[in-house]
Formats: sequence, C-alpha cells, structure tokens
Amino acid sequence: MLSAYYYQLFVIACINVIMAVSLNLVTGCAGQLSLGHAAFMGIGAYTAAIVTLSWDVPFVLALISGSVSAAFFGLLLGLPTLRLRGDYLAIATLGFGEIIRVAILNLEITGGAFGLRGIPKETNLPIAFTSAVAVCLASKRLTKSRFGRALIAIREDEVAARAVGINSTFYKVSAFVISASCAGIAGGLFAHWFRYLNPSSFAFAESIEVLSMVVLGGIGSPEGSVMGALVLTFVPEFLRGLSSFVSQYRMLFYGALLVIMMLIRPQGLVSADASSKGLHLADIGKKGRDEDDDA
Amino acid sequence: MQQIVNGLTLGSAYALIALGYTMVYGVLRLINFAHGEIYMIGAFIGLIVGQSCELPFSLILAIAMAGSSVCGVVLEGIAYRPLRDAPRLAALISAIGMSIFLENLALVIMGPQTRAFLIPFEVKQFRVGTLCVNSFDLLILVTCVVLMIGLYLLVHRTKIGKAMRAVAQDKDTARLMGIDVNHVIRVTFAVGSALAGAAGVLVGMNFNAVDPTMGTMPGLKGFVAAVLGGIGNIPGAVAGGVVLGVAEVMGVALLRSEWRDAIAFAILAIVLLVKPSGILGENLQEKV
Repeated sequence: MLSAYYYQLFVIACINVIMAVSLNLVTGCAGQLSLGHAAFMGIGAYTAAIVTLSWDVPFVLALISGSVSAAFFGLLLGLPTLRLRGDYLAIATLGFGEIIRVAILNLEITGGAFGLRGIPKETNLPIAFTSAVAVCLASKRLTKSRFGRALIAIREDEVAARAVGINSTFYKVSAFVISASCAGIAGGLFAHWFRYLNPSSFAFAESIEVLSMVVLGGIGSPEGSVMGALVLTFVPEFLRGLSSFVSQYRMLFYGALLVIMMLIRPQGLVSADASSKGLHLADIGKKGRDEDDDA
Repeated sequence: MQQIVNGLTLGSAYALIALGYTMVYGVLRLINFAHGEIYMIGAFIGLIVGQSCELPFSLILAIAMAGSSVCGVVLEGIAYRPLRDAPRLAALISAIGMSIFLENLALVIMGPQTRAFLIPFEVKQFRVGTLCVNSFDLLILVTCVVLMIGLYLLVHRTKIGKAMRAVAQDKDTARLMGIDVNHVIRVTFAVGSALAGAAGVLVGMNFNAVDPTMGTMPGLKGFVAAVLGGIGNIPGAVAGGVVLGVAEVMGVALLRSEWRDAIAFAILAIVLLVKPSGILGENLQEKV
C-alpha cells in the first residue's frame, strides 16, 4: 500500500483540488479576482475543529458547520465588496484575508499564535477523495448550468449581462458563497487531518498558492484547476526528492517555475477554449485592460 | 502629537513604497507583487555597501537606489515585458512567482538571519516641548520629501514625465504619437524601484534590521497605501502612505499592538466601501 508520506501527499492533493476548483468558480467563471481564499479555508478549519473539540459532534456535522460558517463569512464579505471592480475587489479580499488571520491570531477561542491542538484525526483518503470528486462534479455541473452561463456572461461583460436581465450582484454573491463553503469543507478536512491548526497556515501566501493553481491549470476550466492543484502539490515534493541541491533551493525553483510557466503558456495547462467554443475564456484580463483604455 | 510624528515617519516610508506601486500600476495596470522584494534588495545593497566601505549616508542611499532600480528594470524585462499582451492574471502570477523567487534568492545568498543595519552617524534626540524627535526620523522625513518633490518634478516638468503620463492615459495612442512605450515603462520601473530601494535603506536603518522576508508586509502595506490614495495617482500614494502610517501608529497606541496589521487592512476595507476609487482617486465611469 501507500507509504505514510504518499498517503499524506494524496490527502493534501485532494484538499488542494477542492480549494482550486472552488476558487475557479469565482475567479475563473465569474471573473472576480479573489486574493483571500485561504481565509475561508481557515474559517472552516477553525469552526470545524472548535465544534469537534467542544461538543464532540460527528465528523460530517463538523465539516458542515465549517462549511456553513465559511459561507456566512463569504456572504458577509461578498455583499459589500462585489460591487467593487477588478483590482479593488482583489485588494478588498486580500485585506479580508489578513484581518481574519490577525483575528485568529488574537482571539482566545482559536488558541492564538499557539494554535489549536488535539483535534481528533477523522480525515482519511477515501473521505478526502470523495469530497474532492463531489466538489469537482458539482462545479462541472454548475458551470454547464444556467447559473454557470450567467457567471460567464458577467465575466465577459457585466454591463451587457445586466442589460439582458442577469441580476449580476445575485449571481456574483452566490458564486462567492458557494466557493467559500467549499473552501470551508477543505478547511475542515485539513483540520482533522493535521490535528493541529496554526494561523499562519491560512495566510496570504496560501491564497496566492491556490490562485497559482487555478491560473497554472488554465483559468475558467475546472479540469485545469484540478490539474494545477495536482501539479503544484506534487512538483515541489518531487523537487524535494530530486537531489539535495534542488531540495535546498526548492522554493527558488518554484518561483522561477511559475514565471517560466506564465512566459511559455500564459493561458495555463488546460486552455478553457477547448471546452466551450467561441468564448474567449482565457482573456479575462484583456477585457479589463480594454475597458481601462476606453475610460 | 508624539504618535503623529512617529506615524509620519512610518507613513513616509509607506508612501515611498506606494509610489512605486502606483507608477507601475499607472502605466501597466499591473500589481507588481515583487515590489516588496525590490525594497528588500535595496535594503541589502545599502547594508553591504555600508558595511564594506565607509561612506556617507547620502552615497549609501544613492548606491542602493541605483542598484534596486537596475533590479527593477531587469525584473520588468524578464517577467513582465513578454506578458504585456497576455491575460492580466498571467502577468500577476508571473509577478508572484518573481516575488517568491527573489525572496528565496536572498535567503540563499544572504542566509535567513536578521542583520543589524547601523546608522552611519550619531543620532541626536531633539526635544520640542513634550515632543521627542530624533535626528534620524527627521532625516527619513526630509529624504522622503526630497524624493517626492524630485518625482513630482520628473513627472510634471520633464519630457519623459510627460511621456509617462501619456502612456498611463492610453498606451496605444501614446505609441501613435511617437512615444517609445517600452522605454517609458523601463524608466517607470527604474524610478519606482529606486524609491522602493530608498525606503528599504531608511526602514532598515530605522529598525536596525534587514532580513530576506522583510519585504512582504511593507510590500502589502505599500500596496494598501497606493489603493487607499487611489491607485495610479501619485499625490494619492503619498496621502495614502501618510494616512496609513499615522492610523497604524495611533491604532497601536489605542488598541493592542497585536492588531497592528489588521488596522491597515480594516482602514482599507472602510475606504473601499465608502469611496472605492480611493481618497484622491477619480471616479471612473464604466463605459460600454
């Protein structure tokens, strides 16, 4: 069977897949750049852990409560901020992520900088894998539905989308809430796998890593996000095993790899154009720039 | 009052970082995530130069600024120029990759330990009534003001400054008018990075500490300051930096210091909700 090391790696991969696919819904499909996705994971992780530790509820219930509280914060953040456009939304979500991190660091109930210990180990590979597959399938169904088409319309041109009767605020906030709730599940899995939570696990760098997965995989395509999550989970570990030289400078190569990847294939590994003809899914940023040029 | 003076010192350093963000954003519409690392590199260059030879402060500052502006130009050439016409998110990821790369490069070359960065002259304390100001705080303020005036003159009184403003307004039209857009963007990066390098030296000396990860938080806060003042807007970046610095110091004085980093972002959230385009930003109407 799998060694403990690979077992853990696969569990992390599943968690990362959930994170990437859920972020893809907001950033890829709806075109709203979010830089605070890890904060939702943190909220989910801490809620699930605290619920388990205080009331000893079944694992599923802990996961659901983590997911619900992340969704609640998603709604709280989404309602005011989704009125903002482009880079302003990005910076607002970044700020939200930092506020959540500092709050976790300073609250009593979260154990502060010492972190939260003694969480029972409930997550295993089958559970993590099932959750990841469920999130992927749901996301796939969602993007193909009326809801997903509305999101894509908003991303392509929000003004035009509104003109044809799409309630853009409703759809954007819904996407945000759904995405946050998935991240909450990922957080719950994370908490019950590592059995220890620390605020720095959910810092800005983590949000950025998830975003890199989405963009690397090919923005807007769920398959791409899965691929990006897998690549960015396994490649750093692979580099670690390669040789002592590479392993020592692992993060150096990781940074360089991100840059080189973008230079060679800015549309990502799996181009979303392949799955839906006629839509320029890889051009999210371009639209924004043209708009700025007009203004 | 004392807090306001401290806040001004901190704020002017934020303002210097924010200026680089704002200038790059103005011409490229790109959040230059590696800007905080340029600031760190500036601090290290200053440290190495200051340690290896006895130089006056102004020369150390000048060398650090020159060094970081070269870094900025190289960074632009490698990581951003090839992605000029790619989706904006690709350039953003490239910037993030560069930021990780530079931080770890510094870790490899310089080691993870924090180094002391001594001020190369004696610091005097001044007392004005109940106020206590030391000569280094004054030097930071004066340097920042001089650099900002220099930047203002560069942008508003020179030909290259006019070209920068033209490129910021409309790249394609600027090109049609015979402006070498690539050259302008290079100069923008050079100037912005030089300012970040100067901030790195000043802050490094002020806290007497330089380390490879020092760029992350000031980088983020510089960005916050830029957005606060209205991104792409040069006086706005200065205003944003000062507001952020003063608010942070005041907040720490009133609340517990652990909440320090949250204060900056809470202010940001409030400003974005009330006036999304920033304090001095223009309200751009969305056109169809």
